[in-house]
Amino acid sequence: MADNQSASVNINDNAGGEFERIPVPNSKLKGWKSFLGMYAGEHAAGTEFMIGPLFLAAGASLKDLIFGLFIGNILAILTWRYLVAPIAVSSKLTLYYQLEKIAGKHLVKVYNVVNGVLFCFLAGAMITVSASAVGVPFDISFSVPENIFGLSSAAFSMIVIIVGIVMTVVAAAGYDAVSKFANIAAPWMIVVFAACGLSALSQMEVDSWESLLTDWDNGVSVIQSANGKVDFGFWKIVIFSWLCNAAMHFGMSDLTIMRFAKDSRAGWGPSVGMFLGHYMAWICASFMLAAQIKLTGDISANPGALAWSVVGWTGIICVIVAGWTTANPTIYRAGLAFQSLFPPKTKAYSGVVLAGLVATVAGIFPTLSGKLLDFVGLYGTILGPMGGVIFVNHYFAKKMSFTQDYADKKGAVFNVAVLLAWLLPVALGLYFIFAKDLFPAYAVIPCWIASSILYVIIMKLQKS
Amino acid sequence: MKILKLISGLSIGVLILLMSILLFLDKIDLATVKMLMLIGTVLWFVSTPFWMKEEKN
Repeated sequence: MADNQSASVNINDNAGGEFERIPVPNSKLKGWKSFLGMYAGEHAAGTEFMIGPLFLAAGASLKDLIFGLFIGNILAILTWRYLVAPIAVSSKLTLYYQLEKIAGKHLVKVYNVVNGVLFCFLAGAMITVSASAVGVPFDISFSVPENIFGLSSAAFSMIVIIVGIVMTVVAAAGYDAVSKFANIAAPWMIVVFAACGLSALSQMEVDSWESLLTDWDNGVSVIQSANGKVDFGFWKIVIFSWLCNAAMHFGMSDLTIMRFAKDSRAGWGPSVGMFLGHYMAWICASFMLAAQIKLTGDISANPGALAWSVVGWTGIICVIVAGWTTANPTIYRAGLAFQSLFPPKTKAYSGVVLAGLVATVAGIFPTLSGKLLDFVGLYGTILGPMGGVIFVNHYFAKKMSFTQDYADKKGAVFNVAVLLAWLLPVALGLYFIFAKDLFPAYAVIPCWIASSILYVIIMKLQKS
Repeated sequence: MKILKLISGLSIGVLILLMSILLFLDKIDLATVKMLMLIGTVLWFVSTPFWMKEEKN
């Protein structure tokens, strides 16, 4: 998922630092083709090692996976192209400054902290992924307990703590070096993903489409006989792959990147990256679990062990690097969000250390990484609706006669209309997710639409 | 720089990708592929930073 922030980090840094509170000047705008390169490595990240095998573990059929991911990725690319890019090109502002103009600076602070907490959980899952690979040479693997707060072995928890501390220290020192390293590693990582898939196919002795389908279906049967029957059908795959990056497109987080675009064609930028990371990499990673089940009968989706069995040390290095280059900028960004909570004289790295601590604690509970399919949907459900507010503010404020960029025009620091339009649908979405067991990705679009409509209604009722 | 770029390209193109294709086609054994991939990985990380840094500058 979008998630390997490495590619975007450079853009965000450059952008955030230089033109944080002004539109990007014309001289700094880039053609749409440069966005293809920017996004190319972004979606091949540590999360892919975890998400791919989870499709098999969730009982998805291979045909559904291949066609469902294809359609879902196309829908995601269209969302970037026709929802995010036109607003980014028109306003040329970061998400945060755009939101500040609508919601006020204090409400943006709240949004930032919520974003930071969610970033910490994502980083925690990546620490678990990296730790799974670090444990392989020491013969320490992890199991995913049923209880969400269940721990794995003491040895694995120790590795998570050590990996978490190292990542936090590196992030606190500034992520410039990590960001450069991530850019170097990206092409290699994509090739290793492909190699993992081919090696897994070889281990399964696949010689035809039919034999692959048989091995896949056997894998699903073995998992379901152990874990019980679950369903992860075609439309669930479509919705998941469309909305796993909902915070970036529906939530408008990528305004920060695309404001550098000369025209809306930059919205096609994520297309190459999406099909490398959320198609090829997910399918290849899922083959690793299918091969493991065929060879050993082991159904645990342990990224380190899976990569080790198909490509050896290269796989171990790849899982560690993928987890590290995803977790590090994520911890750093969460740290920046938390920093706003501390008094001004507090050390600059305090927020990053707090974020690293939270991420490490989250990483100790392997259930989080095992629930990554649910978590990314939750992430989109909580952050996506703010994009709906930006959308109606951009397109409908003048047409429907309410104040565009309300906080900016009225000098407000906390626009209650935005708070209500954000919280009410999200609260309802969370209720259905946690109390009614709704698949989290299903809540993203209803919450986004509800927030958009609610914001217009409240603004009209307030005669704002 | 050209030679470094060539090494980078060969390291992932031949030692990792091509070897995994040959493995899939059953033309080479897994142990050899794992070793060649590791060599490819080392070569990539040794050669790439130099030309990538140069290109950025």
